[in-house]
Amino acid sequence: MRWTGTLITMLLWAQVAFAHPQAGEAKGFLTGFRHPISGLDHVLAMVAVGLWGAQLGSPAIWLLPVAFPMVMAFGGMLGLMGIPLPGVEYGIAASAILLGMAVLFEVRPPLALAAVLVGVFAIFHGHAHGTELPPGESGMLYSIGFVIATGCLHGVGISIGVIHRWMWGQRMLRVAGALVAAGGVFFMWKAF
Amino acid sequence: MKAESKSRLPIYAIVVFTIAMCPAVAEAHLNSTGMGPVYDGLMHFLMSPEDLIPVFALALLAGLRGAAYGRRALLVLPTAWLIGGLAGLAATAVNATGVSTAITFLLLGGLVALDVKLSLRASTALAALLGLYHGYLNGAGMGLPGSASLALLGLVFAVFILVSLTAALVVQLQAAWARIAVRVVGSWIVASGLLMLGWSLHGKL
Repeated sequence: MRWTGTLITMLLWAQVAFAHPQAGEAKGFLTGFRHPISGLDHVLAMVAVGLWGAQLGSPAIWLLPVAFPMVMAFGGMLGLMGIPLPGVEYGIAASAILLGMAVLFEVRPPLALAAVLVGVFAIFHGHAHGTELPPGESGMLYSIGFVIATGCLHGVGISIGVIHRWMWGQRMLRVAGALVAAGGVFFMWKAF
Repeated sequence: MKAESKSRLPIYAIVVFTIAMCPAVAEAHLNSTGMGPVYDGLMHFLMSPEDLIPVFALALLAGLRGAAYGRRALLVLPTAWLIGGLAGLAATAVNATGVSTAITFLLLGGLVALDVKLSLRASTALAALLGLYHGYLNGAGMGLPGSASLALLGLVFAVFILVSLTAALVVQLQAAWARIAVRVVGSWIVASGLLMLGWSLHGKL
């Protein structure tokens, strides 16, 4: 009976008639959301940011994921404005290698240095994504979807990084870092 | 009893599905919900990220600063929105430029991300400016001479609900990680604003 009520409520929900359709809005959001998670090189680097932040603990655990989307968006803006950035693919591959190695060796630089390192890589990632809005889609919703997906990837990394509190978890994180670095080497090889 | 309700389910489903498939009336400029202009205005706000996200960001900011800020935003923002909207109804249709929307995102998202300690007076002024500006744009873009005021009321009501719920939720957050999560959301708004600025300057927005 409860399911019947739920079904009736859902079906009775008034439809929206789009007299002036805002074409491509939902598609823009989904396209933007899918974009960062559709490329393994980006996924590896962004999850590695979360893993590294979890290893470093507070305040890096929140500073790095806050810094990354903002600087990445700045890189995206540069790309959209047509300002060239040489060696984008190499930069992205290098980010996976170096971030993976940072997780592998549990490197603990000063916080400012870690933030700068992550920020520099973020510019490459943002620039690569920057000019890929398909025509006819909403730039605003594409941007929102893109940023939310990036943040979620960092969240995945941080969530996995919680295992750092256990000894076995620390080892597993290092293994994960090695895998990220290996992925970076592969992407670097492909870029050449 | 259970078997009886199960047996009637397909009939209910078919009847309701048939009714639901009948299209609602289409009206210009506002998406019609079929429930009248008040709900049209309410839905317009909820379906317009260029309006919704700045209000959400302001509510986050007010919530981070405390209950007094939340109460002030709750009073000032919808009131200013209504005044701006009524002024906009008399104006010719105008649209927010991508750059101005992006700047709003950058400003409000940045204040949240940095957890800036604004004075109550500055916070009030910010809420008033945001309400007047967006209300004016909404009013000017309504395009429904007969029912625009009602739609505007629905829109203002949606602003009130969003500010009250968001600010109240954030005010009661005590854990450090929860407040940081709010700031992370602010950084996402900044990032979206930067990308939107890029789209605007590229001429794509």
